Amino acid sequence: MSNAFVNVENLSIGYHNKRGTLIHVLKNVSLQIEPGETLGLVGESGCGKSTLGQAMMGYLRSGSRVLDGSIHFSGQDMFALSIHQLESIRGKKIALIPQNAGKSLTPTIRVGKQIIEVIQLSADITKDLAKRQMLDLLSKVRLPDPEVMAERYPHELSGGQQQRVVIAMALAGKPEMLILDEPTTGLDVTTQAHILELLRDIVTELGTAMLYISHDLGVIARVSHRVALMYAGEIVEDAPVSEIFRSPAHPYARGLLESIPRLTLAGIPNSMSGQPPIPGTLPGCSFAPRCSFATEMCSSEPPELETISQAPHLVRCYRWKEVLTTDFSQELVQVYQAVEHKVEEAPAIELSDVEITYHRPGLIDYLRRTPTPTATVSDFTLTVKRGETLALVGESGSGKSTIVKTISGLLSARSGCIRFAGCDLMVKVDARPMDLCRQVQLIFQNPDESLNPRHTVAEILDQPLKLYFPKMTSDERRERQIELLERVRLDGRYRLRYPGQMSGGEKQRVAIARAFAAEPEVVLCDEVTSALDVSVQAAVLDLLADLQKERNTTYIYIAHDLAVVRAIADRVVVLYQGRICEVGTVDEIYSPPYHPYTETLMGAVLVPDPDAKPKLLASDTPELSPPAQGCSFQRRCPRCIPNLCVTVTPPWQYVHGVDGYKIRCHIPLDELAATQTSMIVSD
Amino acid sequence: MAIPARVAERPTIIKSRHPIAETWDNLRRSWSGMFGLSLIVIHLVVALISPLVVPHDPLEMNSKISNQAPSSEHLLGTDKLGRDVFSRSLVGGRVTIVVTILATVIAVFWGGLGGILFGFLGGRADEIFMRLVDAFLSIPWLLILLLIVSILGTEMWVQILTFGFTYGVSTIRIARAATLDHVTNDYILAARARGEHRRTIVLRELLPNVLDVMLVDGAMNWSWMLLGFTSLSFLGFGVPPPTPDWGAMIAKSREILAIQPWAVFGPVIMLSTLIIGINLFADAFAKALGLDRSQGAPV
Repeated sequence: MSNAFVNVENLSIGYHNKRGTLIHVLKNVSLQIEPGETLGLVGESGCGKSTLGQAMMGYLRSGSRVLDGSIHFSGQDMFALSIHQLESIRGKKIALIPQNAGKSLTPTIRVGKQIIEVIQLSADITKDLAKRQMLDLLSKVRLPDPEVMAERYPHELSGGQQQRVVIAMALAGKPEMLILDEPTTGLDVTTQAHILELLRDIVTELGTAMLYISHDLGVIARVSHRVALMYAGEIVEDAPVSEIFRSPAHPYARGLLESIPRLTLAGIPNSMSGQPPIPGTLPGCSFAPRCSFATEMCSSEPPELETISQAPHLVRCYRWKEVLTTDFSQELVQVYQAVEHKVEEAPAIELSDVEITYHRPGLIDYLRRTPTPTATVSDFTLTVKRGETLALVGESGSGKSTIVKTISGLLSARSGCIRFAGCDLMVKVDARPMDLCRQVQLIFQNPDESLNPRHTVAEILDQPLKLYFPKMTSDERRERQIELLERVRLDGRYRLRYPGQMSGGEKQRVAIARAFAAEPEVVLCDEVTSALDVSVQAAVLDLLADLQKERNTTYIYIAHDLAVVRAIADRVVVLYQGRICEVGTVDEIYSPPYHPYTETLMGAVLVPDPDAKPKLLASDTPELSPPAQGCSFQRRCPRCIPNLCVTVTPPWQYVHGVDGYKIRCHIPLDELAATQTSMIVSD
Repeated sequence: MAIPARVAERPTIIKSRHPIAETWDNLRRSWSGMFGLSLIVIHLVVALISPLVVPHDPLEMNSKISNQAPSSEHLLGTDKLGRDVFSRSLVGGRVTIVVTILATVIAVFWGGLGGILFGFLGGRADEIFMRLVDAFLSIPWLLILLLIVSILGTEMWVQILTFGFTYGVSTIRIARAATLDHVTNDYILAARARGEHRRTIVLRELLPNVLDVMLVDGAMNWSWMLLGFTSLSFLGFGVPPPTPDWGAMIAKSREILAIQPWAVFGPVIMLSTLIIGINLFADAFAKALGLDRSQGAPV
């Protein structure tokens, strides 16, 4: 047995299902973590990452039990400890930072007090000393004005600030090990980049051992020293970060890396078909059914972890030598396939001078003459061409969803004009003719919420068919459902399923099928892939591109992930606080000159390359409302010109004509271009 | 690594089961739920067939054998007027059960739909409606029941409507609260964006999601109505004599409790076993629905 600081040895965890069969969650997992080291744990959802993370705190979900193996934490067997001994370790020696920070803070206690409580639990010190330590911690996690922040309630903080408080709380007990379970998922790119830099610095400074669980390979590349790749409850590859990203030896690692959209490469990445099996249900290698290297042996005998280099680099695959014969970086370039599709010059949707506000002045506002707050979306003029994919990009709160909801008629604009094929889209959905409703369809971010859990797939697809094609007979509708399912590459037998019986990717396909059931002209996609695994994301992007080709559909695609936008969009609109900063084709947007905000966003993107370093140009403090005058980005802009940017609304700078590439900034384009470089910089 | 990406995903074989079958399966595993259900079924069967099988005519008076202790002839003895307590206890639930079941159906319907509708509509209409509901709920229920019954009389259909209406008001709040949980979900937004009619959204999208809460609330309401109806009957506003009724039987035999306790215990046991049965069943039913197939993993 190795004497590593944290040593997981041959761990198997399982539970008995309703019928009494044993279901494995983890199977023979071994890994080691040393102080000051960060181990990244990656895999698709449902592969056992979180179970492993929780087991390391000596916690098992009710009903599960340890079937075999052990976890040793600085020499102590975690599963042999009593509850009291575990309590003295949890939160003090090992701390967990969960995904949803907002939910792990008590809403009714000021954050400063919550941190003090943790400090006093782990050390017997006076309140004054604890308070001083709390303020130290808050400044260590780089919260501005620690004394002000400490007096706030959790809901008064932004997502990024809440996550910082949770990190401060985890550090309060001076833990020797940190377990992070997707701590930045759901945060904006800029916030995520800031938090990751913070965590990296903490590990270096305090020498903490860290287990970082994530499905995002960009994040893992940035924070980890070593990466353990999990598939169906097993570790399939365990290697230093540089080796696994440069020359992955397991076919699954290759598949995952090839399915990530990249800033540097245009086109849609490869997707992996299928989904992970339930651990322990296949006689051979669990990845064999999805693997292009698989031979007969792979599906009969389970492979063992093999050491393939001194680093140490471990792989659970019979065919790693064959996998390594092809050069990965060469192969990667060929994977990304640009999808050709026709963009017509005719406009599909025209928006001019659209202004949208959520503010509804009440009687008292009239009487007191309260000044009207600045509109959420303002001065929005844009033409979407038929058949093109137009991406709206920006952080949360940039007004992307507001615009899409207005186009679909769920919100109404205060002023301006929205037209589609000669019809007025300024009216709300209730006042629109049914055929107009049919032509504009919406797909939501989270299929868990956008599909009614009580309806079968057949019922879900039936609704648009019944609504828009009332003449269809039930037999025709049935046929159409099967045809739609096949178009989104699902078997017709899925008709009888409930959403709860499908995986995330399958659900999103059903949601896409529902939108296409209407035979729409325009499809509004609201972050449709951000709730999905990377491998599934690639498949969904590919599907959307294919569907677009069939009928020359126009997409308005909302995203915060610039890499995804690069993969699918023709043109990009960068938004900040409901104002357009930059409009252009993908190639124009992704090369200098950038609008300072685009530059900030691009700099924060985490690339799945361990040598890439994000450029943090602006703070990640969110703004609640746009400024009353001047440039919308003035408060965070690293290039802000005092006086000018604050008072004068920046002019549009056109590169080739009014309809082409344009940037809204006071700084001349050549000056921007001269100081900006491509965003991907090596350490 | 070239993996064919354009193959249709085939479903792994899992049986798609009807939600009712799923719920029944879950319910069957609960010992207390099945016990409660058996109590309910026994009561329903007794109410249905008791007039045919009771050993004595429940209306037959005989002053010679009044206030008798239990014997082989009269299993629970006789009451003040010499009527057989056992037979009267069996028959005494008929009106109560019929009235409360029909009233429960009405309560679930009007309370449920009202709650879903106003939860969905929101805004000022919801605000005004809910304040009315609050005002109504602030009046003690017995007072309302007595008021309505003393104005409109004790006919059976009046009682059914009165109970259905009064107890439905509390269902409104439950259904509305459950609706508010769902109304912000994207599938409602998706239906609105499609241009669906409000009626379709309420009936097709919201109702199936709120139905389980409404059904469990209905079961609980039934047991409350039993208590309510028995109370009215105890106070003399229930079933007109001589029809045997649990509440009235308890009221009439109260004075002879020391001499012939069975004349009170008989109807009390009948009433309490039914209410216990309903409560056990409602609990297990809620759990059976709560093990939500919509969230359950396909294992």
